[in-house]
Amino acid sequence: MLVDSPPEQSADRTAAASAPEPVRRHALRAAGLLLAVGVLALVCVASIAIGAKPVPVSDVWHGLFQNSGTGSDVVIRDLRVPRTVLGLLVGVALGLSGAVMQALTRNPLAEPGLLGVNAGASAAVVTAISFFGVTSISGYVWFALLGAGVVSVVVYLLGGSRGATPVRLALAGTAATAALFGYVNAVQLLDSAALNRLRFWTVGSLASADPATIGKVAPFLAAGVVLALLIVRPLNAMEMGDDTARALGAHINRTRVLAMAAVTLLCGAATAACGPIVFIGLMVPHLVRAVTGPDMRWILPYAAVLAPVLLLGSDVVGRMVARPSELQVGVVTAFIGGPVFIHLVRRKRMAQL
Amino acid sequence: MKAVKAVEAVRAAKAIRTPGGLSVRVDPRAVLAVLLLLAVALGVAVVLVGSGDFPMAPGEVVATLLGDGTAAQEFIVHDVRLPRVLVALLVGAALAVGGALFQSIARNPLGSPDVLGFAQGSSVGALTVIVLFGGGSFATAGGAMAGGLATGAAVYLLAWKRGVHGYRLVLVGIGIAAMLAGAIHYLVTKADLVDATRAVLWMTGSLDGRDWSHFWPLLAVTAVLIPLSLAYGRPLRMLEMGDDAAYALGIRVERTRAVLTGSAVLLTAVATAAAGPIVFVALSAPQLARRLTRSPGPNVAASAVMGAALLVVADWVATSAFGDRRLPVGVVTGVLGGVYLLWLLVTERKAGRI
Repeated sequence: MLVDSPPEQSADRTAAASAPEPVRRHALRAAGLLLAVGVLALVCVASIAIGAKPVPVSDVWHGLFQNSGTGSDVVIRDLRVPRTVLGLLVGVALGLSGAVMQALTRNPLAEPGLLGVNAGASAAVVTAISFFGVTSISGYVWFALLGAGVVSVVVYLLGGSRGATPVRLALAGTAATAALFGYVNAVQLLDSAALNRLRFWTVGSLASADPATIGKVAPFLAAGVVLALLIVRPLNAMEMGDDTARALGAHINRTRVLAMAAVTLLCGAATAACGPIVFIGLMVPHLVRAVTGPDMRWILPYAAVLAPVLLLGSDVVGRMVARPSELQVGVVTAFIGGPVFIHLVRRKRMAQL
Repeated sequence: MKAVKAVEAVRAAKAIRTPGGLSVRVDPRAVLAVLLLLAVALGVAVVLVGSGDFPMAPGEVVATLLGDGTAAQEFIVHDVRLPRVLVALLVGAALAVGGALFQSIARNPLGSPDVLGFAQGSSVGALTVIVLFGGGSFATAGGAMAGGLATGAAVYLLAWKRGVHGYRLVLVGIGIAAMLAGAIHYLVTKADLVDATRAVLWMTGSLDGRDWSHFWPLLAVTAVLIPLSLAYGRPLRMLEMGDDAAYALGIRVERTRAVLTGSAVLLTAVATAAAGPIVFVALSAPQLARRLTRSPGPNVAASAVMGAALLVVADWVATSAFGDRRLPVGVVTGVLGGVYLLWLLVTERKAGRI
């Protein structure tokens, strides 16, 4: 080294000093985030109250904190709360993983489904069901995580790790998805018991949530969230391109590895718990970016709050439209997300990452 | 880099001039590739006709086709296996041409009907018929056709905004595909297990039980649309250079794009109606063809024979490689195509080309 690197934070300080206006913008963004949290709380209450057996909002409080064993208390404790908690966790996971993946690949199309993570989880789960006789959802978790992890690493390496371009990464993901779904379909057709189980998992549903499943996936999700939040700054730098990022002092390879680990943990655990739920990871970061701009320090919290709003809201809608039966949340997110996404695509030039 | 290659390819092409003043440009490598692929497709087709519970040597198959077989051989070849193999050839060609057109129009190697929501649209149509109405194979094909065409039209219209931009087309297609996938999963959970199995079999793409009644509509459509697509090869090649350049070179951009999108959609629709959404042929055949011919542009003819060859080879593998268990052809195209594309990514990366 001929020249000493400048102290790490100096760049930040000069940026803050030379621009007084961002303070107001930050205040606005913080207020928006608070508002989003409020909306999330409302959606959680709705998710507990609404369903095949409606519970008045006053009883929701009662059921949560004073278990008296009445019918609605049992419904709340055994069915609605686990379901809401799982929806919350999965929503956070999908939102964060989508945002991290789009930043990492600098690809607005990056989505766990597109990059083969869902297919990896599906292939592992169908293997578990058909060849290892695993029948409980909490048993799928390990397989789904393993499948998601292996496939995401393979796709990332094939996509060209260091010099991955968006098109190459997407091609690698598409290839892996196609190959794995060929395998999944073959197993399903040869083993109709596996098909029977898998079809209820593939649709993406929160209906089978229970505390055991939540306990299994929560540690992975927590680890993933922490990892994702730790790499915010280098991700910000990397959005400007590898050279600039390196010049700004980001450890590019370390960041990439950590980001992939975070995405794998988040997506793998979420997919294991409730099946592949498309669209949230793709859509929420796009919506958020329209509000916050390209700063990952704001995108991640917003995505973490708004993704569960969307997921739980969809789940509630699914319970309302097809009473007393219900529409799985994966179906509802697809049908809410699709038009919103197309509107975004049409309204303006997609944000180029 | 790409431009240099294109120039090299053009230099490699030879022009044939007739005494009357006509001149035709011929690329020897492309012609050779097309002939080779055609030979492979027909050769494997003959082998495929000869394989099954009543095995026949390729010589016997050819003799039977020429009218010199025994009555049993005549029956097996003409009534049972020949229509299936012909459907395979045509479906492969139609899917590959549809894919080549889509990829050129979207100017994106991912712009295949698979990605643009077409397969999902057909699947929703077919599954609606299978699950909600319990329809037979013809109603299913009709449902698939309707679903596919409606989806194609919807994607095109939604992507329309003073012309269709390739990038927007792909994004809208992805959006629609994700929506329809939700509907598919829902329909599969609604069905009883027998119908669900039928639905998965259909969605995988299978050639089992295809007969002459599947073949004729397919032939009618492909016989019109594949020559049409070939005729539009030149404007399409110009279109790949970007809308502005194409305008400047005298191409009617929107008309060309509308005609070719329509023909790609129709080709994919009839192929899907006949055999289900067989994945990856549309995505990989044009890429393979392009690498074999090493010529720029859409390579429609080479893609067509490549698709036909791919599909019969895949069907042969699916029906003979797993012992007694005859898998649907879509399983093999999915796995083979995926592995091929992965291999391609590795080698291209080593060569530093992408």
